[in-house]
Amino acid sequence: MSSTRVVITGIGAISPLGLTVNDMWQGLCAGRCGISKITAFDPAGFDCQLAGQVPDYKIQEYVPKSHRKAVKLMSKDIELAVVAAKEALTDSGLITKGIDPEKINVTPERMAINLGAGLISCDVIEMAPAVAASLVDGKFDMRKWGKDGLSLVTPLWLLKYLPNMLACHVGIIHDIEGPSNTITCAEVAGHIAIAEAAEIIARGSSDIALAGGAESKINPVLIMRQCLIKRATTQHNDDCEGACRPFDAEASGSVFGDGGGIVVLENLDNATKRGAKIYAEIVGTGQSASINPAYEHIEPDGKGLTIAIENALAQANISPKDIDLIIPHGVGIPQDDAAEARGIEAAMGTETKRIPVWPTKSMLSNTGAACGGLDVIAAVCAMRDGLIPAAKNCTRKAAECNLNIVKEATKTDIRYALCCGYTYGGQTAAVILKKFEN
Amino acid sequence: MTHNGKNERVVITGLGIVCPLGHDVETMWQAVLAGKSGAAKTTIFDASTFPTTFSSEVKDYDFAKFTKNPNLHKDGNRGSKFAVGAAVQACKQAGINVETDTPADGIDRKRMGIYLGAGEGAANHEAFFGAIAAGWDNQTNQMDWTKWANTAAVKMKAMHELEQEANMPAAHIAMLTGARGPSRSCLTACAASTQAVGEATMMIRRGGADVVIAGGAHSMIHPLGITGFSRLTALSRRNDSPETASRPFTASRDGFVIGEGAAILILESLSSAKKRGAKILAEVIGYGSSSDAFRITDMHEEGRGAIQAMTRALTDAGISCGDVNYINTHGTSTAENDSIETKAIKTVFKENAKNTPASSVKSTLGHLIGAAGAAELITCVLAIRDNTAPPTMNLNDPDPKLDLDYVPNKPRKMQIDIAMNESFGFGGQNNVVIIKRFREN
Repeated sequence: MSSTRVVITGIGAISPLGLTVNDMWQGLCAGRCGISKITAFDPAGFDCQLAGQVPDYKIQEYVPKSHRKAVKLMSKDIELAVVAAKEALTDSGLITKGIDPEKINVTPERMAINLGAGLISCDVIEMAPAVAASLVDGKFDMRKWGKDGLSLVTPLWLLKYLPNMLACHVGIIHDIEGPSNTITCAEVAGHIAIAEAAEIIARGSSDIALAGGAESKINPVLIMRQCLIKRATTQHNDDCEGACRPFDAEASGSVFGDGGGIVVLENLDNATKRGAKIYAEIVGTGQSASINPAYEHIEPDGKGLTIAIENALAQANISPKDIDLIIPHGVGIPQDDAAEARGIEAAMGTETKRIPVWPTKSMLSNTGAACGGLDVIAAVCAMRDGLIPAAKNCTRKAAECNLNIVKEATKTDIRYALCCGYTYGGQTAAVILKKFEN
Repeated sequence: MTHNGKNERVVITGLGIVCPLGHDVETMWQAVLAGKSGAAKTTIFDASTFPTTFSSEVKDYDFAKFTKNPNLHKDGNRGSKFAVGAAVQACKQAGINVETDTPADGIDRKRMGIYLGAGEGAANHEAFFGAIAAGWDNQTNQMDWTKWANTAAVKMKAMHELEQEANMPAAHIAMLTGARGPSRSCLTACAASTQAVGEATMMIRRGGADVVIAGGAHSMIHPLGITGFSRLTALSRRNDSPETASRPFTASRDGFVIGEGAAILILESLSSAKKRGAKILAEVIGYGSSSDAFRITDMHEEGRGAIQAMTRALTDAGISCGDVNYINTHGTSTAENDSIETKAIKTVFKENAKNTPASSVKSTLGHLIGAAGAAELITCVLAIRDNTAPPTMNLNDPDPKLDLDYVPNKPRKMQIDIAMNESFGFGGQNNVVIIKRFREN
């Protein structure tokens, strides 16, 4: 095996900035903030009351008739994946069973799906009547739950919350019969899913892959979790615009949100043969792990991230000099941003001062498993338009950060872009895109 | 995307397990061959009023015995702690140093990856149910979110919350071993750890790592997990006889018996294993993955995805079905799986189907969910080592429609050079890995 080139031929995004890639990109270019006061539940009792919420949509409009009945089995996470997948496939010009069963132009056995997914937390309200039926003297009683509560839970309840159901619903809708995997590496799951999908195509196990991720973080359990781990900002409940401040001296924590970012990856030969529009090529990916006894954060020197970036550069056979844009994880948690900045600096060396770094979460929020897909799509758009939008909320750079955070929108030719990420628990990843050249 | 052009052979150099039938590989294997059952009354929580009151639990496990630094792993969820024990065993067998900053095993930590099929940590059910109880007004069907939050904020514990994430077992293995290569976690339901081993194999083959600590770790024996499976009517309800409840391929099978545990295999490039002089236990020669793309709730009636996964694995291995000596089935003891899996094996193996022994160790271990595939793959390695097919226990009333050789009720001495391991998951996930007795050529 020498080399199979893997290219991006379709992009789909649902984010706090809108229901489409275009909405997201326009929003990012305008410096719009997708963060707002949580409306899904009354957040008054939560230390962090903000989230990146996606606009309303009707899921039925994204699901073909043949799969309509299954809509009731979709948690929000699954819906977000279904919406993003449809846009990505439509954009690619590939016609699957879910796009138009009369005009299918793909081979289902040669299509793969590889999505990052979060640990889906169940709908608390849905559980409440069953819990209410399980109280003894006002307190929850496990025996009463087993006897009376359990049977009030809807029979197919579990199937809404298995992480692999994102890929399964999308796979059923579009008849994807090749390899299917669900990467559960929290906030770096999307990056890794894209990397693995590219590998699957490169090794010849499929010609086309849907890859990326989706996650809904707006659930009281998940928001409470991030508050307790002290990753969510509690300082900005009256200041949505300024809440998430990656690499800023005043940063105080992340803001979580909903999103789905999915790309169509394709074997270059396949894409060329069908005359597909090619956005970019995936030329290198790298991965490693942070090792930190306090594993809710990455290690202070960001070494795991450095290794991932170095591996990606090596695979792409380029040096830091070639990188024109970095989209970092940049979550707005001071300790983690500082570690990430050190990790990137160690990989980029003297080029650190030059390379524009553009964090997106001040606008998109931290969408967990969707981050990787959304950031890769943002990089693709930047490359396409030769434009790096301005970073938001990095008004005064944190003292220990030597990165060149983009202050103003810049028109520039982008040949190579790097998207990197990491997660609590320590997994790290880097994906390098190259502007397509035949 | 480039390969290094080498296409490395991938071998297994270490095994480790923490499971309902023991906390080491040999104890587990002897128990499987003796037909012992891991199933008993559930003790992890009070399941006495649940439709199913038993499960296959890991018993009397003390993870601290495996580590010099138990404090580092003390907050780990059950899966994380199982993973620590299994990884330490596997590394030891493979000659990989753990818990040291100066490893002397000849493996560059940047070339050592991790790939786990791992599940969620159990929710803190006291907090989960308690907060709902505190906030819910049953008269108005309204949640008072402030009351909910006030209770949750007190009852939920930060580290317990963190440890619910599915990537945590991998975090513990990284801390334990210093592995700095690619680290991935996947969760494709009951097929997860077979997929992890398969993808880890691909990672080594293309030169992305020299060694991968691969396998699975999972426990769904928690109130919400058991609730979910109970509502799906997937679990056996044979409460009066837990030990005989897992009875794959019988006419009286009534569901699976849920288990838990961790199973780790050290996968290594042949060149690395040779360089280190590591003992080679078997070679991974084939991997196939597919999705049914059929229905969320059911497997495809003809086993379309299962057939694809088996076929792809055979093709990848460059062998034909006649070369497979033994099949370790998914064999869950559910009506649907056992009949469709049998059908799929017959479609792929044709005239060879009936004379290829195909057993289910879920009849003894129970169903380890995310960890099942890797645990069963370990039994395949041992089946090759000992030329012994493990039995399908409790097979006293064969389903007349299921007519393969399931190795009923006692192990069988036979030549096994090539074994196929099958795992299928909810939603139509199918993964198959084929291993072979190691030979130089």
